[in-house]
Amino acid sequence: MSKKQSSIKVFLSTLPKNIFSGFVVSLIALPLGLGLAMASEAPPIAGIITAVVGGLVVSILGGSHITITGPGNGMVGVVLVAVTTLGLEGAYAAIICSGVVMILLGFLRMGKLADFFPSSAIQGMLAAIGLIILGKQFHIMLANKLSLEASIDYLIAIPETLLTVIHFQDKGLIYAAIVGVISLLIMIFYARIRNKYLQLIPAPMWIVIITIGFSYYYEYILQQPNPISPIYMLSGIPSANEIISDLPTPQFGLFATIPFWASVFALTLIASIESLLSIKAVDKLDPLKRRSNVNRDLKALGLATIGSGFLGGLNVVTVIARSSVNANNGGTNRSSNMAHALFLILFIALFSTQLTRIPLPALMAILVYTGYKLASPKLIRKIFSVGKEQLIIFFVTLFVTLFVDLITGIAAGVLVTFILHILVNRSFQMFFRNVLKPNVLMYREENGNYYLSVKHFCSFLNYYKLKEKLNAIPESADVVVDFSICEFVDHTVMENLHGYQDLFLKRGGHFELIGLDLHGADSNHPFAQRRMIPDLGFLTSNLTKRQKTLQEIADNFNLNYESEKTQNSHFLDNFHFFRTKKVENVYNRLFNTENTFRIFDINYSEGEFIAKENVKTTMLHIKLNHEIPQFTLDREGFLERVYALAGFADIPIHNHSDFSKRFYLLGENRTEIQMFFSDKIVQFFESNPYYHVESNGASLLVFGKERVAGVKEIKALYDFGRRLREVIP
Amino acid sequence: MNSNPFQTIAIGVAFSPNLKANLYEAARLSGFFNSKLVLIHVGEPSEEKKSKINEILEPFIKEGISTELLFRAGDPVEIILACVIEKKVDLLILGALQRENFLKYYVGSIARKITRKALCSVLLHINPSIERIPCKHIVVNGLKDERTQDAIAAAFYMGHALQSEQLTIVEEISQEEIAVKVDDDKSLRRATLMKEKLRRREDYRIKEILETIPEEHKKNMYIKTQPIFGKRGYSIGHYAKVVRADLLVMNAPGKIGFWDRFFPHDIEHILTELPTDVLIIQ
Repeated sequence: MSKKQSSIKVFLSTLPKNIFSGFVVSLIALPLGLGLAMASEAPPIAGIITAVVGGLVVSILGGSHITITGPGNGMVGVVLVAVTTLGLEGAYAAIICSGVVMILLGFLRMGKLADFFPSSAIQGMLAAIGLIILGKQFHIMLANKLSLEASIDYLIAIPETLLTVIHFQDKGLIYAAIVGVISLLIMIFYARIRNKYLQLIPAPMWIVIITIGFSYYYEYILQQPNPISPIYMLSGIPSANEIISDLPTPQFGLFATIPFWASVFALTLIASIESLLSIKAVDKLDPLKRRSNVNRDLKALGLATIGSGFLGGLNVVTVIARSSVNANNGGTNRSSNMAHALFLILFIALFSTQLTRIPLPALMAILVYTGYKLASPKLIRKIFSVGKEQLIIFFVTLFVTLFVDLITGIAAGVLVTFILHILVNRSFQMFFRNVLKPNVLMYREENGNYYLSVKHFCSFLNYYKLKEKLNAIPESADVVVDFSICEFVDHTVMENLHGYQDLFLKRGGHFELIGLDLHGADSNHPFAQRRMIPDLGFLTSNLTKRQKTLQEIADNFNLNYESEKTQNSHFLDNFHFFRTKKVENVYNRLFNTENTFRIFDINYSEGEFIAKENVKTTMLHIKLNHEIPQFTLDREGFLERVYALAGFADIPIHNHSDFSKRFYLLGENRTEIQMFFSDKIVQFFESNPYYHVESNGASLLVFGKERVAGVKEIKALYDFGRRLREVIP
Repeated sequence: MNSNPFQTIAIGVAFSPNLKANLYEAARLSGFFNSKLVLIHVGEPSEEKKSKINEILEPFIKEGISTELLFRAGDPVEIILACVIEKKVDLLILGALQRENFLKYYVGSIARKITRKALCSVLLHINPSIERIPCKHIVVNGLKDERTQDAIAAAFYMGHALQSEQLTIVEEISQEEIAVKVDDDKSLRRATLMKEKLRRREDYRIKEILETIPEEHKKNMYIKTQPIFGKRGYSIGHYAKVVRADLLVMNAPGKIGFWDRFFPHDIEHILTELPTDVLIIQ
C-alpha cells in the first residue's frame, strides 16, 4: 500500500515536468504530423489524428516509458503506396488490418522481429524512405508541384525544378519558394544557434509561428492579401466538430485482393520495425533506466492504429526524434505522451483556422530536412568506415527500395547480406548446418559473473538467441561474452552488443566481449564484422575494444603494450605448468620497461595428440630479484592444473591450518617452502582472491580462469601481482 | 547398480589406418574395468585378419584381458546390434569422424543408427590414440530424468576407474522451465528469482543423488555442480567444450520418434557435433 502511495506521489511530483515536456513535443508533432500526412497524400489532419489517438491509447496501455507515438517518417513511403493503390478509404481499411496484425505480433511476442534484419539493410531502407520524402516534397517546397509516376522520377526531376524556380514570373510562386527556402535554412541552422530563448521553441514550431505571423502581418498591418499563391497554402483543416461529424468510412471492398494484403504487410512490417528500433534507442535515454516491455507496446500500438484508422488517421508508431525531445525536456513517464496528445487536441480546437495560414512550402521544408537527415552523406561515410561490404548492402537496399518497393528492398538487403557472409567465410555449410542450433551457452561463474559462450557463427540470422539470453541478465551484473569458438561475428551483432555495453555501463553493470582479438576484420571500425582466420598472423590493425582498453591501461600504469603475436615464450619454459603443454603464441602483452612484470594473453595446446581446442588465457609473469623456492599454489580441489606434479603431497604451513585447508601447496623442497611462506605471505594469500600461483625459482606465474580475462579482470590481476611483488622479500 | 556396470565391452573392427588406435583404446578400457572385450568384424573371416588383430592386442592379452573375435557378414548396423544382444554387451565403443580439417567431430551415419537403436551404453570416441590420454575432467548431465541416477553413478564409476580429477554435474535449466518471460524490469526480477529457486531445487536433487554414490568413487575427485541455462541436451555439449572436458556422460534418450529426426533434440544434437568423447548410458 505504502509503495503504491509513494509511486502516486512520485507520479504527481513529476507531472508538471511531464506536462511541460509533452507541450514541447506537441509543438514539433503539430507541423510534422501535418507534413507527414500530406507527404503520404492523406489529408493533413490525419497526421494529427494519428498523434492524438496514439498518445492517448499508448500512454495508457503501452509498455515503454518515455516514448512518444504518432505518425512516423518511415511510414510515408508505404502509406503513400497504400493510398495510391487502394484509395484513401481502402488505405484506412488496410491501416486497421495492420493494427490487428500488430496486436497479434504483440501476443506472439514478436518484439524480436526487428533483430532479424541486418542493420545496414535497415539503414538502407530508411535512407530510401528519406530520399522518397525528400524527392517528393522538394518540388512543393520550391512551389513547383509535380505529379510523376515513380518516387525515383521525383529525385531525377530535382535539377529541373531548380531551373524552373529561377525563371519564375508569378509573384505568388516566388514568395512561396522563398518561404520554403527560408524555412529550410531555419531547419538547418537552428541547431547551430546556441541561444537559450531561441531553443525554447523547436525549429518546426518557429517556422509555423513565423509564417502565421507573416500572414497576419500582411492582413492586419499592411492590409494586403497574403502574397503567397493561395494554391500553396495549407487547406482542408477541419474544425474539431467537423472531424467528428465527417468520420471517413473505411472501405473493406478490396479485402480479398493481393494489393490490399501487400499493403497491410508492408504497413505492419515498417510500423513494427520503426517502433521497435525507436524503443530500443529511446530506452538508452531513459533517465530512470527502465526496461521497456516491447511486446506490450506492440499491442498498444496495434490497438491505437485500429482506432486511428477508424477515425481517419494513419499507423501509430513510436517515433525516435520526438521521443528524444521528450527525454531532453524532462519527460519521465507516459504522462508526457498523454500531454502531447491533449495539447494537440487543444491546438486543433483553438487554432484550426490559424493553421490554414501556414504555407505548404514551409511545412515541406521541414520534411525535406527530415528526409535529408535519413539519407545524409555523413551516414554513408559512417557505413563505409564499418566496411565496404556494409556499403554494398546499404546501396542494394536503397536502390531496390527506390526502384521497386520497400518490401522487395528490405528482402534484397537481407539476401545480399547473407550472400556476402557466405562469400566472406567461403562457406555456405557453416550457416546451413548451424543456423538452427542453439549456439549460446550461459552460466554463472563461481564469482557471480554471467558467462556466455557463442559457438559457430553469430549474425543477424541467429542474433535473437544471444539477445534472449542477454535480456535475461539484470543490467547491474557483470557479463562476459566469449567469442573464442565463434567463427564469424557480423556487423549487426557487433553494433547491437555495443548497445548492450552502453546499457550495462549506464546501469552499474559491466559488459565485456572477449575472444575476438584473434579474429580478423577488414576495417578499423569497432563494429566491423569479424571472422576467425586460422593460422594467419595479425592480418589487420583493427584493435578490438578490449585491446584499445589494454592500451589505455598500459598508458595509465606506465607499461608498454604490444598486441602482436609472438612465438617468444622462453620465459615460460621452466614452469611445471608448461611442461606438458605447447605454447603456440603470446599476444596482447603489457610489460614494464625492464620486462620484469608482464601480463599477456597466451594461446597454448595441451599436447599434440589431444583433440581439443587450444586454450587461450591471460597470465601474469613476474621476474624476481632473488631466488625463491619452486612451488605451486592453487585453491584446494583444483588438482588438475598441477597434474604434472602428481606424487607430491600438500605441504602444510604451521600455525595456518585455515590456509592449508583452503590452498593446495606443492613443491619439492618442503622445508624451504615452509620457510618462504612467512606469516605476511600467508596472510596475503588468505585475504585475496584465488589465483593459480607458480614459482620456477626465479620468477612467478599467476593466472585465474582458463579463458581470456576481461579488462576488469586484468586490472584485478595487475593489482594482485603488484601487491604480491611487494610482500615477497 | 552392480559393482561393475561394464562386464562386456564391444568394438566394431574395420581395417582402417585407425585400427591400432581403436583397438588400444578398447583394450585399455577392458583393462580398467576388468571386462571381456568382444571384437566384431563385419566381413568374411580370414587368417590374415585374425593374426593382425591378435598381433595388435598381444600386449593386452598378456596382461590378462579376455577377448573374443566375431566375423559376421551382412548389414553392419544389424550385425552389430545383433551381436550386442547375443553377447550381452554392456558398452559399445564407436568411432567418430572428423569434419574437414577443423577440430570438429560428428558421428557417421552407420554409427548414428547404431547409437539410436543400441540397447547398451555407447562410448563415442573422437580421437583414439595409441598413447593413453588421461581423462582428467568428466562432465555428466544432471537432468531431471529417471536415468540420471544411473548416468551419474556410471560417471563416478568411470571417473574412479580412470582416475579423473574433476567431475562436474551439469544441470540444464531450460528456458521453458523458467515460466516467466522477461519483458521488463518486473518480469526480469521475477525470472531471476525463479532461476535462483530452480537452481536451489536442482542442487538439492543432485545432492540426494550424490549421497547414493559410494564414497570410494568420490574419493580424490573434485566434484562440482553447475547450473547452465540453455537448450537441453545441446548446451551441455557446448559446456563440455568450453570447460575442455575429456568425457561427457549422458542419459540415453527416451524413444526417438519420427519427428525427432527433423527437430533434433537431446542426444541428436550431440551426435552431429561431438564436443569430446561421449558416453551414453543406457
